[in-house]
Amino acid sequence: MYKAFLIKYGEIGTKGKNRYIFEDMLVRQICHALKKVEGNFEVTKENGRIYVEGTDEFDDEEAICALKKVFGILWICPMLQVKDEGFDKLAEDVIEYLRTTYKGRKMTFKVNARRARKNYPLDSMGINMSMGEKILDAIPEMTVDVHNPDIYVNIEIRSRINIYTELIPGPGGMPVGTNGKAMLLLSGGIDSPVAGYMVAKRGVKIDAVYFHAPPYTSERAKQKVIDLARIVTQYSGPINLHVVNFTDIQLYIYDKCPHDELTIIMRRYMMKIAEHFAEQTESLGLVTGESIGQVASQTMHSLLVTNAVCKLPVIRPLIGFDKQEIIDISEKIGTYETSILPFEDCCTIFVAKHPVTKPNKKAIERSELKLSERIDELVKTAIETTETIWVE
Amino acid sequence: MEIYLDNSATTAVHPEVVQLMNKIMLEDYGNPSSKHKKGVDAEMHINEAKEILASIMKCDKKEILFTSGGTESDNMALIGTALANKRRGNHIITTMIEHPAILETTVFLEKNGFRITYLPVDSTGCVKLDELRAALCPETILVSIMYANNEVSIAEPVAEAAAIVKEYNPEIVFHTDAVQAFGKYRIIPKKENIDLMSVSAHKLHGPKGVGFLYIKDKTRINPIIFGGGQQKAMRSGTENVPGIAGMALAAKLCYEDFDEKINRLYELKEYFVSRVLDIEGTVYNGKRGREGTPHVISISFEDVRSEVLLHALEDKGIYVSSGSACSSNKPALSGTLKAIGVKNKFLDSTIRFSLCTDNTKEELDTVIATLKELLPVLRRYTRH
Repeated sequence: MYKAFLIKYGEIGTKGKNRYIFEDMLVRQICHALKKVEGNFEVTKENGRIYVEGTDEFDDEEAICALKKVFGILWICPMLQVKDEGFDKLAEDVIEYLRTTYKGRKMTFKVNARRARKNYPLDSMGINMSMGEKILDAIPEMTVDVHNPDIYVNIEIRSRINIYTELIPGPGGMPVGTNGKAMLLLSGGIDSPVAGYMVAKRGVKIDAVYFHAPPYTSERAKQKVIDLARIVTQYSGPINLHVVNFTDIQLYIYDKCPHDELTIIMRRYMMKIAEHFAEQTESLGLVTGESIGQVASQTMHSLLVTNAVCKLPVIRPLIGFDKQEIIDISEKIGTYETSILPFEDCCTIFVAKHPVTKPNKKAIERSELKLSERIDELVKTAIETTETIWVE
Repeated sequence: MEIYLDNSATTAVHPEVVQLMNKIMLEDYGNPSSKHKKGVDAEMHINEAKEILASIMKCDKKEILFTSGGTESDNMALIGTALANKRRGNHIITTMIEHPAILETTVFLEKNGFRITYLPVDSTGCVKLDELRAALCPETILVSIMYANNEVSIAEPVAEAAAIVKEYNPEIVFHTDAVQAFGKYRIIPKKENIDLMSVSAHKLHGPKGVGFLYIKDKTRINPIIFGGGQQKAMRSGTENVPGIAGMALAAKLCYEDFDEKINRLYELKEYFVSRVLDIEGTVYNGKRGREGTPHVISISFEDVRSEVLLHALEDKGIYVSSGSACSSNKPALSGTLKAIGVKNKFLDSTIRFSLCTDNTKEELDTVIATLKELLPVLRRYTRH
């Protein structure tokens, strides 16, 4: 007997002639995720399904936990694999499997056989009927319901025979790397790691930019962002994190511009710098954790004004989410506890008591003219002194 | 360049201490409870440590109980005494400016049926003895007053307080948290009517994770950690032999040329304080001169957030604390600063510099010059 998993994927099956690209990428991501699991695995694709087989001992829970983080997987089915030693032996194995898995619980079932190897002596209907009888005889607590059973007893006849009844939900989405790359503006807050998770879920590979403002933000704040990025990598794969020293730009804006416009002007420069790194790394868009109206810099008016400096599309996966909905996801993906550690981030250090909530683009541009003397040089320096950290 | 002025948070371990601990870990690694020679060798280190500490405190060797540090000592002093004396009463007195190791433990005891009185302090942090007199009652079983504060420069009138307590009722147990004081003061517990005293090694150039509780003979106290019956079942768990030996050596080194060192610390402190107060918008918290502790300097800087100043100094290789290191992990503002009536606007603007005898005037000059350079810039950029 062998333990293995059948991986079912939904959406990527519908992508026509590109399907093999998606499948190959999914296989690659599964292999990558299983690298951290103790044991050796063989991942193969066959007729629209992917099989994960352990070539030596492994821990089910650990493997399932890793597979649950691979985007593109719809269902994970833990299977029992047996050699073909005749139908009677197969029936014994199935009954043993049902007994140990369901321990005499009362339930209805339906046998669902599939014959990929057509030289098996019984056809699918034959297997369904004969196996059903054997189960009814052996386990009195189980009764047949062909329309709405509690469990399907799936039996797949391949070179080996697979037996499975359980479907564990995967994360859905599409395999990371099948949809290009984007640059995430990552802060230490709750929202941006969730935004990164959400685009990765749609198959986008991500890199990230963090704006660091020493001495106003501490080494611990930076470490917190690295920790957050590391949690996101469990889903997204490795992230190149660009840490930009933003202090001088912030202080220069503070010196020259009206203080109620600080945040909005600062965010425009963050976007510009993020876009620089996006273009450098062939990213196709920027990703932020903004949600309409959450703070002054995220009103529709503010979004218009920050958006105006970008040539690349700005993807805001949380745009229509309430804070609690975002928190729920961050708890689910495991970033919440790190996000709420109390370190100051650079967006809050100079925040005005009453920042503008309906900024006017022309007015903001006029204010920015006051920066013309040194801002290009400061941005250039910030880009040149950026530290890039490989997070995985 | 590195200037370490955070010695109240922790100190660098003395190289001789490291050497001794290294040797014990590599060679005398036995379990002191083992019957063979390896065990005996380890036990010998513990006995030696007890001898050293007992001679410093002029107490008996059996009055020293090794713990994992100041926090455990404080927990044991409070919980252990409360449990052993609950038939006599349920009232405990402490102060508003104690370390969280005391204040969080009293909160726990409050939830378990004990009544706690928190004594107020004056604007320098000195506990009000009249309030102590007024608080004592027939149910009082324990009084805990710290020897020296960890956030501002103040040594509490512990001997006077203990005398008041013992005069009222000699059965009341008197505890002092001496984590910031041991190594800075010659403390003879018996002379000061102290029944219990908490000490931590890492504040005196010893290792982290080890300390002791002085327990005067015949003091009524229960253990709070149970197990294999080590230390006469008062604190089970295999003794931290290298830590204990390291602590004793560190203490011994601390008390060598003691007066000279303390004079030097006071001189360094006054040198620094007088210069830092020349800078505009600075306020000193606690007591100046010999009434304060020799090593702690608390300064409020107007219009600067302490965390920003801390990181700006860090950038120049100067390490300090904002408020108290122990409360710095929480966003909550310092309890001691509030209790001594530091103005609200200064609560978030206070830096603690804490010295050790390795610091030099040249280092302090550099710190003053750095402050003079940083403050105008930091004050220009403030939150609105």
